[in-house]
Amino acid sequence: MTDQNPAHRAAAIPAEEAVKLQPVAQFGNHTPLRLDSGAELASIRIAYQTYGTLNDDKSNVVLVCHALTGDQFVASRHPITGKPGWWETMVGPGRPVDTNRFYVICTNIIGGCMGTTGPMDTNPATGKPYGLKFPVITVADMVRAQAKLLDQLGIEDLFCVLGGSLGGMQVLRWAASYPERVFSAIPIATATRHSSQNIAFHEVGRQAIMADRDWHGGDYQSRATRPRKGLAVARMAAHITYLSGQALHRKFGRNLQDRDALTFGFEADFQIESYLRHQGFTFVDRFDANSYLYITRAMDYFDLDADYDGIIANAFKGTKTRFCVVSFTSDWLFPTSEARHIVQALNAVAANVSFVEIESDKGHDAFLLDEPEMFSTLAGFINSAAVHRGLAKAE
Amino acid sequence: MTEPMRAPSENLLQTSGRTDLVLIADLIEPGSRVLDVGCGDGTLLQMLTNIKDVDARGVELSQTGVNACVARGLSVVQGDADADLPAYPDQAFDYVILSQTIQATRKPKSVLDELLRIGRRVIVSFPNFGYWKVRLHLMMSGRMPMTDLLDQPWYETPNIHLCTIRDFVTMCEGMNVKIENAYARRGNRIKMRFSKPGMLANLISDEAIFILSRPD
Repeated sequence: MTDQNPAHRAAAIPAEEAVKLQPVAQFGNHTPLRLDSGAELASIRIAYQTYGTLNDDKSNVVLVCHALTGDQFVASRHPITGKPGWWETMVGPGRPVDTNRFYVICTNIIGGCMGTTGPMDTNPATGKPYGLKFPVITVADMVRAQAKLLDQLGIEDLFCVLGGSLGGMQVLRWAASYPERVFSAIPIATATRHSSQNIAFHEVGRQAIMADRDWHGGDYQSRATRPRKGLAVARMAAHITYLSGQALHRKFGRNLQDRDALTFGFEADFQIESYLRHQGFTFVDRFDANSYLYITRAMDYFDLDADYDGIIANAFKGTKTRFCVVSFTSDWLFPTSEARHIVQALNAVAANVSFVEIESDKGHDAFLLDEPEMFSTLAGFINSAAVHRGLAKAE
Repeated sequence: MTEPMRAPSENLLQTSGRTDLVLIADLIEPGSRVLDVGCGDGTLLQMLTNIKDVDARGVELSQTGVNACVARGLSVVQGDADADLPAYPDQAFDYVILSQTIQATRKPKSVLDELLRIGRRVIVSFPNFGYWKVRLHLMMSGRMPMTDLLDQPWYETPNIHLCTIRDFVTMCEGMNVKIENAYARRGNRIKMRFSKPGMLANLISDEAIFILSRPD
């Protein structure tokens, strides 16, 4: 698996460069971010994007939480890949999260690599990149950082917080930690705790990165190299979990890649191999290997049930938040049974909850794709919540 | 035994052709918390939200029905009256409604127990198998009755626990359930209100609507 494209060997944009491209919020030593691990991040930077217009009473704020390899460019062109925003089908003018009506904020999560403080950044204690000296972060830490940003922006509460996968975990954490700040919440294709199987897949990815000689115990930046192959393999393995067997079969079957017969070798004979290699190679251009380690770890550690002594309903006791839980029939990474677990917890406190399971063969990734039923149900939910919030419909 | 039923509010009648739902909606206090179990496409929930300003929730077995409800802006979850009611806390709702659903549950008695635990008042409606047309149909043709409310052949109907008004009353008495009010209906006209349903209501009504509670 050799990468011939010299452009692919370029390092991702260093955090310092990326920062110039976007709004960032700086938090100095006087307001450290206290982490679940007990450590403190003395000085942090949060990179974010906003869309739409904040109304006078600041009641139309929507926070979009991104997934493992997502970023703040939810509805605008990505500065590195040049691709459209990762959720432009959901967020934008006339979309379910209508930017003509709502003020949308999306932050790069803490530990990320698109401008927010993460392991690529300089450790103030050593003057070198953090690498593995970066403290282990959790979903709750991500949410705390987002809350800090909202505080700085003078935004007290959110009309809606939504996201899929890791984004959905943040949504649940938001609703549990700051119920009074969340009017409505849409956790999509997610769970209250990461399953054993999912931790297992993450471990495969991390081991692939760590097995790459260019990883150097996480200290690759000071050696001006990057564990490209390890990260690519991690992405390839993970990508399979985002799809469904049925969708893979429909898209690729056993079709051969640019050839008429098997080569009796280990080139990418099959289209699916070629596709996965492409996914791996393109991913490393925009993502940092250590960030991948830290963020997958945060997902593994996520266990809202344990945080509430095994009684998940207690996470939502007395909540006034309106919930819409979404799952997909072919998602085997976060199957519908996980969504039901959330719904049962919410029912147990008689919370205002809707639950839709969307028929799709596209697996976990369905939440990022064109799923008309997801859009119509969420548009209905969001519009109804907006009416209850007293937000007038867009002109 | 029977007395005339007051006419349902005009504004309710105008919003739906379904008089059973109109009657149920008319029984609900404005601003209350309501759970509609087996809410279908959300017609009743929509009526209650629009006219009674209730905090309306629904449970529906069919995912298609659920998604349609959510797309209309209603708070509905996919669930099963037999399996999913135990998750709810005691007395969480002012009213729990089970409209044309109890006869399709596996364990009607347990379902009713759960409903009375969750809601301060329970409104149950069901097709009356004691209706004279049903009796006549069975007697004359010797085949399972099919009526407007029971419109599927025996091998396709989800109605596995049909009962008559008298059967239902007997069950309530056995369960120490208080019948606050009951209404009988024939065709599209609400005919009577009765506090202690007897032979006549059982004979001339094709649908019954009961308001139940636990005795204090």
